[in-house]
Amino acid sequence: MLSVTEHKEIEFSSELIKKFDGIVTRYPQGKQKSALLPMLHLVQAEYGWVSPELMDKVAAYLQIKPIEVYEVATFYTMFFLRPQGKYVLEVCRTGPCCLVGAEKIMTYIEKTLGVKEGEVTEDGKFSWRGVECLAACGMAPVLQIGPEYTFYEHLTVESVDKLIETLKNKI
Amino acid sequence: MARKLLLENINVPGIHTFDVYRQNGGYRSVEKALKTMTPDAVVEEVKTSGLRGRGGAGFPTGMKWSFLAKPEGRERYLVCNADESEPGTFKDRYLMTHIPHLLIEGMIVASFALGAKTSYIYVRGEMMPQIRILERAIAEAKSAGFLGKNILGSGYDLELYVQPGGGAYICGEETALIESLEGKRGNPRIKPPFPAISGVWACPTVVNNVETIAAVVPIINDGGEEYAKIGNGRSTGTKLISASGNLKKPGVYEIELGVPVEEFIYSDEYCGGIANGKRLKAVVAGGSSVPILPANLILNTVNGQPRLMSYESLSDGGFQSGTMLGSGGFIAFDEDQCIVRNTWNFSRFYHHESCGQCSPCREGTGWMEKVLHRLEYGHGKMSDIDLLVDVSKKIEGNTICPLGDAAAWPVASAIRHFRDEFEWHVANPKEAMERNYGLAKYADPLPKLEEVASQN
Repeated sequence: MLSVTEHKEIEFSSELIKKFDGIVTRYPQGKQKSALLPMLHLVQAEYGWVSPELMDKVAAYLQIKPIEVYEVATFYTMFFLRPQGKYVLEVCRTGPCCLVGAEKIMTYIEKTLGVKEGEVTEDGKFSWRGVECLAACGMAPVLQIGPEYTFYEHLTVESVDKLIETLKNKI
Repeated sequence: MARKLLLENINVPGIHTFDVYRQNGGYRSVEKALKTMTPDAVVEEVKTSGLRGRGGAGFPTGMKWSFLAKPEGRERYLVCNADESEPGTFKDRYLMTHIPHLLIEGMIVASFALGAKTSYIYVRGEMMPQIRILERAIAEAKSAGFLGKNILGSGYDLELYVQPGGGAYICGEETALIESLEGKRGNPRIKPPFPAISGVWACPTVVNNVETIAAVVPIINDGGEEYAKIGNGRSTGTKLISASGNLKKPGVYEIELGVPVEEFIYSDEYCGGIANGKRLKAVVAGGSSVPILPANLILNTVNGQPRLMSYESLSDGGFQSGTMLGSGGFIAFDEDQCIVRNTWNFSRFYHHESCGQCSPCREGTGWMEKVLHRLEYGHGKMSDIDLLVDVSKKIEGNTICPLGDAAAWPVASAIRHFRDEFEWHVANPKEAMERNYGLAKYADPLPKLEEVASQN
């Protein structure tokens, strides 16, 4: 579902526009809509999620209808349609990871952060969710943190503890 | 030691950089193809090699290339499918992380063979680190004159771009991938027309898996005939196997096709056996979509032959007693794993990843997930087991793309081979919440064929 507004007054920075301009050149003339996914990733990296206003601005830049952006952003699970914690811990919950303890890791994260899947901690720093196969089954269990999508492999309760502690202390 | 064609230099320090890669014989195939061969000769070489698509379907690559339409004045495209998301498969991530130039080298040769002037590598969005690695590698190759205008003075121009996905399994299906590359939802297209006639932006397009493209490099370097000598029958060459689950040494292994499954699981050269001294209960041999087999059937075929890691041997016995090589996602289950729970987990995956276009898949995957959930959590009925088989049959073959089949097969095969365990869940709901069914008879020696015949 599309969420409430927050980005009414925001304009894309000139650096971001410059990146958009670069992406559009990868495709033939008139096929600029192909830039949509890479652009949404950049927007989300900058703002933490993709609000309807941001999507409208993306549509305007690409000269396509806003609905063409909404239907894409709601289809692909990587795009957040509501605000998230600063660090979103995305834990793989698919078969191979579960064979070696992913469910235990998710329960532990839920307990440690004190929030349910999809919710944000009070200080706004963390949210978490289970995601489908991250193609790292040999290093299972795994989690990733955007927008860089840094990977943490062979998770244990201890390594998750350490990771959360490190992120807590990061400014 | 088995021959390595793709991962031979994977442990050379700095192999991810252009200079080290080049010093170790990298980009020779580009020189050979562009300077001494015609595009058609490259296609012929790949045909001779017998290379089959490494993404899962196993379709002969050379044949796929020869189907590409070449109308005058129309662009053609090569798109590399790096949307690796099949549960159990992580070989492409490994290859792109450690030896990105191998993929780029393969892309240049394959694009030359197909006459593509612009090519794309569609990488799943979660692999942002790999996207950065590839972009750096492309920039290196370009400044060394292997990409861009007039490559190596041959007159051939090629631009190569990386395109991120957005976290949708379905975009690994080639027409969904094309839709996604066009900036749309990943809804698979109805075929025909096939991408070879009308693909990205309605232009002729070839979509190939990362490993397939990488395999073109040794084929051009050493010749298709040499490549075809490796392997077993129609399963030529080497294959990357992603081994995961309860194995001592999970990871990516390059095997010569035809290695016995038993050797792959237990020898120290590969997985080193089952972790923690447990016994093997079951294997999913080619990524979550292929039928699951109990230990006794994965090690031997019903004819009593040792089963080999090859397209033909793994599918020996059809759906009754065989499986498929698929993408090479080899998932091992030890005796402590619950087949019902895993089947539910896989069903949830397919329900989550169904694009929603075809009713049998959109509704059927959700239905199977719900029924499996209640079986796993102690609310199942005996009739649910046949209900699942029924639903799976109504999905299979009734959808635009193979996701429907991929969702149906794991359920149908789990019930076919592990029906006892499902029934035990229904009959003993309380006990099933507390303990697992265990190994049961799933690793017992297979009955001799004559005995099976006399029972029927």
